[in-house]
Amino acid sequence: MKKTLKTALIYTFPVLIGYIFLGMAFGLLLQKAGYNYIWAFFISLFVYAGSMQFVLVDFFGSGLSLSVMAAMTLIINSRHIFYGLSFIDKFKKMKKLYPYMVFSLTDETYSILCSVESPEGTDPDKLYFLIALLNQIYWIAGSVIGALAGELITFNTTGIDFAMTALFVVIFVEQWKESKSHIPALTGLSSAILCLILFGPDNFILPSLLVTVAFLLLIKNKIPATNKEEVSVP
Amino acid sequence: MTLSTSESIVIIAVVAALTFLTRAFPFILFGRNKQVPDIIQYLGKILPPAIIATLVVYCVRNINFYNFPSGFAEIISIAVVVMLHLWKRNNLLSIGVGTVVYMILIQNLT
Repeated sequence: MKKTLKTALIYTFPVLIGYIFLGMAFGLLLQKAGYNYIWAFFISLFVYAGSMQFVLVDFFGSGLSLSVMAAMTLIINSRHIFYGLSFIDKFKKMKKLYPYMVFSLTDETYSILCSVESPEGTDPDKLYFLIALLNQIYWIAGSVIGALAGELITFNTTGIDFAMTALFVVIFVEQWKESKSHIPALTGLSSAILCLILFGPDNFILPSLLVTVAFLLLIKNKIPATNKEEVSVP
Repeated sequence: MTLSTSESIVIIAVVAALTFLTRAFPFILFGRNKQVPDIIQYLGKILPPAIIATLVVYCVRNINFYNFPSGFAEIISIAVVVMLHLWKRNNLLSIGVGTVVYMILIQNLT
């Protein structure tokens, strides 16, 4: 158990940095909108979605109707539809933890779970769960600190959220080295760049993922086995 | 706070429920079958590198290449992360150094 926790802490350390500071930015924004740390705590507990929570602050006082807010929420979070596809069997096996694993599948947790390897002497299910749980604890902690004391931070933290970008880049490199075929990575990359140019920064991610999925389905029989290890395992 | 407490709670509940719904969507659709359909298994295996690549682009989506030095700090720092990671293959080192390089660049370039 100790070793599993230690492994989870190491895997999630970059998220600790990113979520604490992003969470604080959220908490501060929320507090300025007139909602204190108790609100920050419960929003981060029940909503738990980074970019969506920033939009949620805009919702308060926006005068938008509930149905418009609902539609915007679905559009902003639509990328999550694709994340679960890789974990259907894995999460189902986790029984009691299954609903929490589905609930807590953020961009960052998804990325780490895609690349995690359970070392010997650790329980893979527990490791998965601890990674998901720790990430949410960091996020809640960050948002409560931000709402309570965000204004007390005086050193310049501009750019610290790059830790999240760097995390995705590292996982990208890892997967590049692990995969036999680079077609999926290249498809995702070129489709994202193309859709970013076509649809602009606010609306590109859903079309990009749809194009990616369509293309990968089209060439289904032309891609060799995805992982090197899968081929070498007898 | 321009809304009442209960109005605010309703908004939060709607956002929370719909966020969960998007995450639960594939599980609702395919989780009940004993066997996940072949095509979904294929997508599940092959999608992660494509989605991670999309997320990297998502992180730098606001770069405006017509407005130097916008994007300069991002490109240099991402290059540092990639090269450092290919060389040492240490997650925390690559992410830590990359983030510090980015912070120095972005705070000193205007």
